[in-house]
Parts: sequence; C-alpha cells; structure tokens
Amino acid sequence: MFEGVQSPAQATYGPFSGQILFSVLMLLGLACFAYIVMKRMAPLLRAESDFRFDRPLVRLGRLGRFWLGQWKHPRYRFAGSIHILIFTGFLVLATRAFSLLILGVSGSFVMPGFPGMAGHIYDGINDYGATIVFLCMVIAATRRLVFKPARYEVPARYGKGHKADAIFLLGLIAILMLAESVFEGSKAALQAQQGQPVEFLAVLSLPWMFKNAFLSISAPALWDLYRASYLLDVVTFFFLLCYRPFGIQFHVETSLFAVYFAKLDRGTVKPVRWGVTDDQLDKVKSFGVKTFQDFTWKHMLDFYSCADCGRCSDNCPANAVGRPLSPRFLTIKARDYAFQHYPVLGSSNNGTPLIGGIYSEDEIWSCTTCGACEEECPLLIEYIDKIVDLRRGLVDDGNVPKSIQKALKAIESRGNPYGKMEKKRADWTKTKEFQPTCDVKVLNGSNGADTLYFVDSITSFDDRMQSIGQAAARILNDVGENFGILGPAEKDSGHDVRRFGEETLFMALRDHNLEAIKASGIKRIVTSDPHAYNALKHDYKDLPPVEHISQLIAREVKSGKIKFNPAEAEDNSKVYVYHDPCYLGRHNQVYDDPREVLDAIPGVKRVEMARSRDRSFCCGGGGLMLFYEPQEEQRMGVKRVQMAAEAGANVIVTACPFCMVNIEDAIKVSGMEGKMTAIDLAELVDGRLARAVPSPAEIKEEPVMV
Amino acid sequence: MDILVCAKRVPDTSENEIELNRAGNDIERDDLVYSVNEADNYAVEEALQIADRTGGKVTVVTVGSDDDEEILRREMAMGAHQSVLLSDDAFTGSDGKGIATVLKAFVQKRPYDLILTGVQAEDGAAQVGGMLAALLDYPFASLVNSIEVLDGKKLKVCREIAGGDKEMSEIDLPCVLSIQTGINEPRYVGMRGIRQVASVEIPTLGAADLGVDAGAVGEAAAKVKRADYFVPALGKGAEMLAGSSEEIADKLIELMKAKGGLN
Repeated sequence: MFEGVQSPAQATYGPFSGQILFSVLMLLGLACFAYIVMKRMAPLLRAESDFRFDRPLVRLGRLGRFWLGQWKHPRYRFAGSIHILIFTGFLVLATRAFSLLILGVSGSFVMPGFPGMAGHIYDGINDYGATIVFLCMVIAATRRLVFKPARYEVPARYGKGHKADAIFLLGLIAILMLAESVFEGSKAALQAQQGQPVEFLAVLSLPWMFKNAFLSISAPALWDLYRASYLLDVVTFFFLLCYRPFGIQFHVETSLFAVYFAKLDRGTVKPVRWGVTDDQLDKVKSFGVKTFQDFTWKHMLDFYSCADCGRCSDNCPANAVGRPLSPRFLTIKARDYAFQHYPVLGSSNNGTPLIGGIYSEDEIWSCTTCGACEEECPLLIEYIDKIVDLRRGLVDDGNVPKSIQKALKAIESRGNPYGKMEKKRADWTKTKEFQPTCDVKVLNGSNGADTLYFVDSITSFDDRMQSIGQAAARILNDVGENFGILGPAEKDSGHDVRRFGEETLFMALRDHNLEAIKASGIKRIVTSDPHAYNALKHDYKDLPPVEHISQLIAREVKSGKIKFNPAEAEDNSKVYVYHDPCYLGRHNQVYDDPREVLDAIPGVKRVEMARSRDRSFCCGGGGLMLFYEPQEEQRMGVKRVQMAAEAGANVIVTACPFCMVNIEDAIKVSGMEGKMTAIDLAELVDGRLARAVPSPAEIKEEPVMV
Repeated sequence: MDILVCAKRVPDTSENEIELNRAGNDIERDDLVYSVNEADNYAVEEALQIADRTGGKVTVVTVGSDDDEEILRREMAMGAHQSVLLSDDAFTGSDGKGIATVLKAFVQKRPYDLILTGVQAEDGAAQVGGMLAALLDYPFASLVNSIEVLDGKKLKVCREIAGGDKEMSEIDLPCVLSIQTGINEPRYVGMRGIRQVASVEIPTLGAADLGVDAGAVGEAAAKVKRADYFVPALGKGAEMLAGSSEEIADKLIELMKAKGGLN
C-alpha cells in the first residue's frame, strides 16, 4: 500500500492536504500564543522598574539549581518527586515536540538524529518520558480527587475551588501524551504490518504498548488512527500553549524568567523606587503600592508564575493561626486582578485601589515577615517586598492601625516604641544586681572601645529583656572584649519601622545611628537582637562587620576562651530545644552556631522540633508586630510552645528578645507554666560560664558609689 | 463648609515622665517631648472628614509661640489646608478666657461655618471651647462624639451619656463644638508628610493684627491664677505595690479577689 509510512504532511484530511491544514493550524496557534503573551506582558511594560539584570553568572547558577535542579521541590517529598518527573519529562519531550510538529508541514523532513544505539537511547528516553508524564498525570489527578491534600483547598472567602481547572489541565496533558503515543504506536504498527523497518520503541513505554495493541488492526483503520492522533496531538498542543497563559500553567513558560530574575539578597528590603536615591525621594509623588501598576514588573511576573501549590500558605504562621493572610491567595488574587483588568480580549482598565479591593488592611498588617513562604516557594516568588510595598502605600495614605501609630510616634519622639526617655536607655547597666558584676562603657566620642554592643530598644527598656543584655555584657566582658554601648545616643534600629512601611522614619533612625556608630570609632559590632542584626547587616550601609552574640560565643567556645561549669543536678530533669529566630535563622542562615554552643554545655540534653532551621515556625513576630492587635484564632507563640512540648522538651532556648516575649507569654497563656520554661542563649551561657571571678549570685550587695 | 480647629501643643503624656520640678511650681520641663493635644488631633481628623464630604477648607489655629508651629505643621501634613499662629508677648500667661479672647478676635473677621476644639487639653481645664462660643455668641455643644451635617445650616451631634446611651442634638451653624476622643480614627501622619510641609509659610498674627486689647489678655488680665502645684500626699487608702511586674500583678489579683472585685 504505502512506501514507508507517509508523514502527516503528505496525508489528506477531507479536502485538505495535511501540509496545508497543519501549516494553517500551527500558524494560527503560534500567532494566538504570541498575541496572548503580548497582552499578558502589557501591565509589565507599565509597571515600576526593578533592577534584576545584575550578577548574571550568579543568576545563571541559581537557574541551574532552582529551575533545572528543582532544588526546592523535594521539601514536599511526594509531590516534589512527581513534579521533578513531570518537569524532566517536559524538558525531554520538548525536542520531540519540535520534530513531531515539523512532520505536519514537511513531507521530507528528517530530524537530524543520532546514529545507532545513541539514536535508540534518545528515542527510548522520549518514549519513557511520555509514559512517565502520563502516569504522573494520573497520579496527580488521583491526589486531587481522592487524597485532596489540605494545602490545595480553597477557603470559601477566596472563591470557588481550583480543582476543576486542575483536572482539566492534567487531562489535557494526559491527552497530549496519549495522542503522541497513539501516533507513534500506530505508525510502528503500520510499518510492522507492511514489513518495513519498525521504528525503535522502548519496551513497556506507552507507544510500545499501543503498537502491540494495534498490530491486529487493519491497515486502513490504522491509517485513520495515525492521522487522527496526529491531528489531536497538534490541536491539543496548541490549545495547551494558548490556554496556559490563562491560569497557573503559565508557570511552564514564566518559571525560567521568574527564577532567573529572583531576588539575590536575603534579608534586604527593596528600595521605595529602584533608581531613586534617598535624597531624591522627596520628588516621588506616592510611596508604596496602591494600585496594581505600582508593583514592579518582576512582582507582576511573580503573580503570573504562581503554580498554586500552596506550600507558602502551608508554612505561613499567620495562616496557621487564622489570621486573614494567605500568601498563596495574595498572589492568586493579584493574578486574577491582572487577568481581569488587563484582559487578552478588550482594553485594560487599571486604577482601582488594591487595599479595600482584593486585599484587606488586616491581611497586609498580619504578616510577620518571617520568610517561611519565600523559603518554600519552588518558583522563588517574593512576598516580603510586596507586603512592605503595600504597607508603604497604607502609611502614605495615613491608614495605619492605632496601636502601631502610637508606637511609631513614640519612636519618632523618643527613639524607642515604649516612649521611654532617651537618657534612660542605658539604665539597664546600672541596676543594683548587675552593676557590680560588670562595667559597661557608654561610648562618648571615638576610641572608647573596639567593639560596639548594639543593644536596641527592647533589650534596653523591657524589664525582662534587660537580663539578656546583662548576660551578653558579662559574656563579652569575660572573653576580654573591649566593648561599649551607644547608650542614649542609640535609637531604635528601625528594622521593623521599615518593614511596616514607614520608610522615612526608618531613614531618620538609620542616619542617626550611622552617625553615632561612626563617631564611636568602633571596629566591629555585636548584638543579641536578630532584628537589629539584620538591620545592621542589610539595611544599613558601610558598617564594620556585624555579628550576633551566638556567633561570637560559638567562636570563643571553639577557641577555648569560653569554658563551662560541669553539669548541674537540675540537668537530669531538663530537656532543651532550640527555637530558630526568623531573623537569625531563616533570613541569615545562622543555624549551627547556637546549636554548637548548646551542645558544648555539659549536661544539656537537646532535642529538635520537627519545624526547625529553615522550617522554623515564627514566634509571633518582633519589633512593631508586638504592638499590632491581630485577628487570629490562636497565638503563634502558643503553637510553637506546643511544638516544643511535642518534641519532648521542657526548656525552650532562643536567641532573640522578641521570641522570648512571645514564648514566655505563650507559656502563660497556654497554661504550661511549671511544665515549660524559656531562656535566652546568652542567659544560659552566662549562667553556666566557668568564671574565675565570683558569679553574680555570690556577690554580696554593696551600696553603689555614684 | 469651612472649618476652624483650635489646637494646642502639650507635653505628650505617654512619652514623658511627668514630675514636679524642684521649685514646686510647675512640672519639670527639661526633657519633655511635646505633641498636638490628642483631642485636638481627633478634631482635625473630624474636620477633614467633614470637609471631604461637604467641600470646603480646614484651618488649624493655635495661640502660642514659635515652638508651637510644629503642631500646626503636623496637622497640615495630616491634610489641613492652612494654619495660623496667633503669637504675641502680650498673650503670655493668659488664662482660659484670655485664650478664648484671642481666638474670638481671630474668628470674628473670618466666616468659619464650624469651629472645633478638643474637649480638653491634656494640661488644660476644658474651658476654651465653651468660652469662645460665649464670646462669639455662637451655640456650643460639648463632648461631641459624632457629627452629621444636615441641610439648612444645621448639624446633628451626639454625646455619650451614662450607660453608653447617646444623646442626639441639633445645633445651628455657625457653632462651636468640643470634640471627644474616639470620635473617629485619626489618620497616621508620617515623617514624610511632615517633611513635605516643612517649608510652608505659616502666617503669624499678633495682638495688633487681631485688634486684641492687650489689657484683656495675658498674665495681668488673668482672672484665674495658679496658687499651688503639688503631688498629693499618699493617703492611707493608697497602697503602693512593689516588686517585679509579675509580683505586682499577682498581688493585685489577690487584692481584687479579697475585696470582691474578681470571682
């Protein structure tokens, strides 16, 4: 009948030749796709600028790790593995797709292939690729329909569920795989029936199975199957291509760019406007994001790139305690807004305010900026910068919750959120119990000391947290550090002022502190407050090296300058667990130093919580978050204390004064007093340090000479 | 509707430790931080909201010195369209009636539909609003916690009375109202807003500009003079609890339980 099997280009479909039919279909499909993408890019062209073209080699490396290497996916083991298979399958099948499509328009095209065994391997990989992708579609659909993982659920207030659309897409991809396999299988069956050399088909792959099933079908029927499956393949391929930009599947195309352009500098906050320096900010008419076009193009790309996997919200502590924030829906709602206001068909209409529209104020204030969402997202979608930008817009409009207003005003007047007098900022060094044990210099002019202990507001003024400062000071003293504090010259680091959107006040605080620090002439900075640590490292510029006290202690334990007393009797009943503060752990990746310190203390038994290190669960937030009155079902701290109890611990060690506030509060609120205690790493080390001088407990009270 | 808000710069009670000075005749003013009186801030916010609804401008005025300009700027940063400083050596030491006299001189030549004052200054006696209304012969409503603009130059105002009940009254314009805190949620004024009005010219008017008789204001004309200033002696009934915050809280709970205040 046929000399070999004709390519679909040479076949006829009713009155049309395959070549004409498929040329038209492909041109239409490509044109459609190009048009849709162009319309999707429209808001990005009107967006704010974003400087993402620097450090190309670093970006390429991350592309390799996070996009090609699917680095974040295994954090959810099963789903991640399925996705890795699908992703690999897609990459593999991309080349086959190209050669398949050409068959429809050119009768004589032969894909430059590999000779012999290499060719077979290449074909085999493609065959198994299609098979595995198909199987993964079945598995994915089963997960959706039968197992229904919680993170895919859509709470009622966010609209209808996404299941139907998900199944539709999975089905389309499955059909594509089937169509392709039927095409290859029917071709092979035809070749076999006609005694021609049969194309290589990998054993037990889908095409192979179809070939064997088709061997007994008549040639004309096979020819129909062959042509029909090709038509289905082309139609499905281009339908998918054009449909993807209408939903989450757009991430297939945008993920490459989203990952390449992803943020490189952890712990930082984007400037108010890229390219506008601080002194030019006066000319900026409006701060922050108020309407959709105030977002940068990269943030809009993020909205398009969300795969709706729900991992962010699954790890969001605000979401877990019932605050009205779900990072996933922050993105999905913005994406839907973009689809609605910048439609493919019709003209764009922007300008409606986002707050009061798709977002509520509480939603935006609920975020503790812990970074759990960003840590999980396989597409490296950014959240904190967007929240900060939205807050900047709220602050610009004067729309700030009353309790936060009060704290901000106090910071403006007195340099601390408590409204306490500046001149009392160093009073914690002069208490009756502490002063005899340790002399803390208040730096005045330069050359007073080598090291600055940056105390920040809570450790300076809060009755409970002052003991962290005192413990840190004694430790610095004991290791022979020539240190001092800025005292009344120190103002709040402004870390959370910035992240709550009050950029101008933050800049005033930063400039004041920078001047004071420079005037002191110190060569390095140490702090026991991770928020201050993050601010000094990332928000401030041109500072000497900054360290957290846990890093210093770890180093001095290794060097031998810090030695510990032998185990104590009470150690028999104590089980310690370390809680990673967000701004020490996740944002700055200091996980090991505090643990090494704990493990060096004799008698201390330590366990780990399931959610530790970069999966640590936020205590409730620090800085200005302590003044916010959230709508929530439970406190984050209470959940965290329960996690500690579940891990078998009865002492929570932390390295952040804000974590301490939240955890100690939570212990009381959850009725666990007596069953759980909390202690700061510096306090614990201070209590166990082997000292030549008498410990504070041994010092008799003497009148302090003023 | 053109609205005038009378504001005062006071020591901020939440950001200061108010203590008697050594001479015993005033509070220690060395380390004080000042801000706009809280109730006046609520009044400005209310004025802005009314002006938004009805059209018109909001003017903020204060009687004081150059130091007091900062609160005028803050309220302009909040959205007030203009501000005026009434300043003259002759005004120093005025009592409530003296201040009201200065304000009346200012208001007389200007057609304000509505005049708002805070119900009481944090260091004041809650009298200027009522006195101003009397001097102007305007109707006056105090402790207002909601305002509705009615047709025909009238307002419907609300005052909270015992038990959380509300008393509604109608009042003709022009009038003076003293505004209760909590009437609204004042918008935040950020440092940026303040910077943007930092160089706006604020007109200053003195006794001559206003046509105020120097003999009617100032210390000499004050009918209320301060006789003494002291911290009250601790009576027997005041038990000062000592200890850490936790210990104090525990003792307090015990005491409240013992006296029947807690079940």
